[in-house]
Order: sequence, then structure tokens, then C-alpha cells
Amino acid sequence: MTGSRSRPAYLLLLPAGLWLILFFVVPAVQLFGTSLYDPAGSLTEGYRMTWAFGNYPAALAAYWPQLLRSLGYAAAATVACLVLGLPLAYAIAVKAGRWRNVLLIAVVAPFFTSFLVRTLAWQTILSDSGLLVGLLRDVHLLGPDGRLLATPFAVVAGLTYNFLPFMVLPLYASLERLDGRLLEASADLYAGPAATFRRVTLPLAAPGIVAGTLLTFIPAAGDYINARLLGTPGTAMIGNVVDSAFLIRLDYPQAAALSFVLMAAVLLLVVAYLRRAGAAALDRVA
Amino acid sequence: MADLRLHGLTKRFGAVTAVDDLDLTVPAGSFFALLGASGCGKTTTLRMIAGLDQPTAGRVLLGDDDITGLRPYRRPVNTVFQSYALFPHLDVEENVAFGLRRRRQRDVEAQVEAMLALVQLGGYGKRRPAQLSGGQQQRVALARALINKPRVLLLDEPLGALDLTLRRRMQIELKRIQTEVGITFVHVTHDQEEAMTMADTVAVMHAGRLEQTGPPAELYDLPATPFVATFLGQSNLLAGDAAGRTGDDIAVSAYGARFTVPAARSRATGETIFLGVRPEKLHLATAGDDVPPAHQHVTGVVTDSSYVGVSSHYLVRTGWGTELAVFAPNTGAERQVPLGAEVCAHWHPRHAFLLNRPPGEGDRTAPADANLGVPA
Repeated sequence: MTGSRSRPAYLLLLPAGLWLILFFVVPAVQLFGTSLYDPAGSLTEGYRMTWAFGNYPAALAAYWPQLLRSLGYAAAATVACLVLGLPLAYAIAVKAGRWRNVLLIAVVAPFFTSFLVRTLAWQTILSDSGLLVGLLRDVHLLGPDGRLLATPFAVVAGLTYNFLPFMVLPLYASLERLDGRLLEASADLYAGPAATFRRVTLPLAAPGIVAGTLLTFIPAAGDYINARLLGTPGTAMIGNVVDSAFLIRLDYPQAAALSFVLMAAVLLLVVAYLRRAGAAALDRVA
Repeated sequence: MADLRLHGLTKRFGAVTAVDDLDLTVPAGSFFALLGASGCGKTTTLRMIAGLDQPTAGRVLLGDDDITGLRPYRRPVNTVFQSYALFPHLDVEENVAFGLRRRRQRDVEAQVEAMLALVQLGGYGKRRPAQLSGGQQQRVALARALINKPRVLLLDEPLGALDLTLRRRMQIELKRIQTEVGITFVHVTHDQEEAMTMADTVAVMHAGRLEQTGPPAELYDLPATPFVATFLGQSNLLAGDAAGRTGDDIAVSAYGARFTVPAARSRATGETIFLGVRPEKLHLATAGDDVPPAHQHVTGVVTDSSYVGVSSHYLVRTGWGTELAVFAPNTGAERQVPLGAEVCAHWHPRHAFLLNRPPGEGDRTAPADANLGVPA
């Protein structure tokens, strides 16, 4: 009986499944193969498959600072997104009333221009001759020669800006479902606004927080546009290294190995995070 | 212990006045029911006592303390919400402990255990609300509020979501717990039977105003307004006019006949009155039966009869077209009165009552569906 009942479900999976196999699994396998090619080969002379697992330690040894920096920047941007996004999502979900849709559109509006153009705009905002830097120098938050552009701050700020909607939307979705009567019950049971937020709102928003942090952290860790446009070689992320290995140095085995190192690092962190936070969050909504 | 007092409590939502100049005293330690149809302002009143709504005017006093402006989390008042509003992310124990933990109380675990035992949920501490039945969730909500030993416990239709049998059981349970803990209970309900079963004092609300307050038996026996007479049980209200007083009796003329009612049973202040008699206080006499000498009567024809077990319900159409409800107990001694029988519905004057009648209004009688009229 179950077989006949679940057959339509498998049929529904088919189109997306085929797409993923064709454009994700097959290239990923191919990329993994590339990462094991003989590093002595080149694009012009051709590569030989030598199962060169040594590519991995070699890549790590050469580029571990960029890898750590990527994870650090991504974590910082994720935290910044959470700090900015949680009050924003709460305001939209709970307090905005008839402005709710307008504000939601405002959150999504940046997607109407390209990622690249938005990041280029931040170059102008953060530039040495820009308004912001001038203002910060005037109030002595920046020294007379202090800069924003080409600093780690600029890269993290750009990442934060670009991935903020990915944090806000899941947070909004979980806060929007929050039952106002639970907040009243909490107030009735001697919890002030801060205690209510900590003990009721936050735990009930946990699924949104988990989803939002993953949707922010994972793409931010692999991003290279922000580091390229807002940073310097000293702030290069692993994405920039992969980019140059593939397109400039043409060292395909190393580029592929670094891609997998990044994937594995992110996967490990995500699994560890989900085991801590995700299980609790899923348990809470059940 | 201190009385809960409401002074001129008023709540307006825009142009709508939900609660209108309410004055009310709830004696300390009593089981007090706020009874009314939905939208009468009873829940709004409760929310103002809890601090969840701010009154437009008026004051809430607990003993000598004015708590009108206090935030809900600063009031010694707890609420059992209609939907229970249990925290889904906490287990039963932590739900019940919530208020104690916010006030940093000692030996929370022992108190929680004792409270769960009181509401007969011992051993359920580690479950989540979603794993409990409606009746069990209701008990958790009760325990979660009671454990804080509030000076007043507010209950907002707490039994509304339960099925009939469970509701009856919980009514008795709630009453037992109230007697045991001695805390003032203010219970909001639209179920007149529930209010009468449980409460020492019932306050009937209608359109944001208080209609009458008193012990259930008093409200039933001598209602003060037509609304109370028809909302709390059923009544036959005949439109008439007061026609002077003779001794201790007030004479009433209605539909060409004259009746009398003891002056002590009159709530009427003018001449335009309703003469009220409860359906179970009416007796049917058929041809050949004697009407007892002191009784008064109207004649009519039986147009409907239904047998509901403990009693039989009849509708008697009078000469002027009004259908009176008559409930006859099935003690085994009566015979059923057939449809179409010419009967005489009679009552003793001490069971009748007089109420003010809005000018121009005609008779009010029990709804045609006599099955609704289970005597309370």
C-alpha cells in the first residue's frame, strides 16, 4: 500500500532531482576528480589522474590563513546580521501593522539591483573622500588618515549588507507566527519585557535564527566579491584564492582542492552548529 | 486577604464602549462568576484586572492598593487563559515553574510537584503541552497560575474548549481547588449553568454594563432585569401595566385580565411592567382539573410538547397569541397533556415577579426550541 501511495511523491521529486544530479552531483564529482590530478600538469599540456591526495595538505599549508579569515569574516557578518536583523524582523512582524508589507518589500528591494552593482556602491560609500569617512574623521572615531575602504571592516560590512535579507526573512517568518497570547501569558507570570524576550520570544524564534544563520554564513564563507571590491590582498578570502587559482594561475587541481576544503570546513561547522542549536530548535517547534 | 474592587471601570475601543462605568466588589476568598453573552465586555473587564488592557477611565483596587496603572508583571494577579497559552517550548514542569523562576523563588521543584499533585497531573512534569489532552492542558494552565498564590485568580472561559462531560468534571474540580486554596477566583463564562454550579456570587453583564449581582439562587428566583430573567434560565415575561397596590400586593392588568404579585417580588419602578413566571413554576390544568384557590391563571391551547426525560416541556398558546413555556417534572404521577388540549396554565403569585418593561415592548417568552430549556 505504501509503495503505491508514495509513488506520486517520487514523481514530484524527479524534475528537481534530475536537475541536481546533472548540474550539482556530476560537476561535483568531476571537480573532486580534478582535485586529485597530478599537480605537475597544466591546462596546455593536459592533466593526468594520479590520485594526488597530497594536493589537499599542500593547498591547506599554502592558504590556511585565507581559509580561517573566510570563516572568521563569515562568522562576524552572521553575528552582525543577527544583531541587525532580529530587531528589524521583530519590528516588522509584531509592531509594523499596516506598514508590514512596505517594510518587507524594502528588505527585498536590494535584490532588484545586481550583487556586483550594490557592492560597487559600497565602494563609494566607504571611500576615503566619501561623506561617511569625513564624518567619522570629524568626530575623531577615525584618525586623520583612518580609512574604511580596504579594511577588514569594509569586507565584513559588505558581507553583512549583502546577506542581511537572508537573515531577516526567515527570522520574520518565525516571529510572524509567534502567538501574542504567549507574550501576554509571560507578562501575566511576572516576566518583564526583557525576560519575556529571552524566555519566550527568542526560544520560539529559534528555528528562524537557525535558518537565518545558515543562509547567511554558508554563502558568506564562500563569497569573494566583497573581499575583491572592498578589501585588499591582505583581506583576501578563500573565494578569492579559488578564483585566482582557476582563472589567473590556472592551477586547476589546487583550485578544486581548495573548493572541497572550504566545502568540508563549512559542512563540519554547520553539522556541529546544528547538533547544538538545531536539535533544540527543532525540538521546540515539535 | 483583600477585596477586589472596580470603580467606574470603562473601556472604549474607538467608538465602541466595551465596558461602561462598571462598579463591582469581589469579596476576598469568594468564587465570583462574571456571566454574559459573548461581546458583553466580560473578558475586557478581566483583561483590565490582569493589566493586559488599560482602562479608558476608572480604577482597579486590590484592598487599599490602586493597581490600575501597574504593568501586568507587577500585579499579584494571575490568569488562566481561554486558549491556555501554554509555552510550547517548555515542558509541563517549566511551564508551571515559570512565574516562580521569574521571581527567583526557592525550592521551585518541590512547589511544582505539589501543585501538579493538586491538579492531579503528578508524573506528567516532563511532557510537552502538545502531548497532553485538552483537559490536561487546562490543568497545567491552572497550576501555572495558581502556584504563584495570586491574590486574585482570573479565569477566562477556561472550560470553553472541553467537551461536556469533562467540563462538568472540571467544574467540580475547580470548585474543590478553590475551596482548598482559598484564593479569590474571578471566573468569566457565558455558560449560565457553569456560573451557577461554581460561583458563590454571579454578576450578569450585558452590553458593557452590570445587570445584577448576587448569589445564583437569588438571581434565579428574583431577577432584576428582563435580560437576567431570560439569560439565566428561562422566563415567561408578559407585557402588562401596574394598576395600584392593595395591601402587600401589586395589581397588574394584562390582556384584559388582572393578576397580583407580592410587592416584595417587584423590581419595577414604573407602571409599564413585565409580569414574569419561570416555566417550571407554571402548572397545567386540563378540563376537569381544579386550579388551586390561591393560584392565578391564563388559558390556552397546547401547541408543542417534548419529553426530555426529567421533565416534559410544553408550549401553550394564549388567547392573544403568545406561546408560554411550561416545564412539568416527570415524577411519575402526571399524565402527558396531548397536543391541542385546552389547558389552564396556573401559578402561585409568590412565584411571579415584576420587572420594568421598556415602553412599547411586547411579551418575551422562552425560545420555541423547548429542548434548550433544561431547568438550571
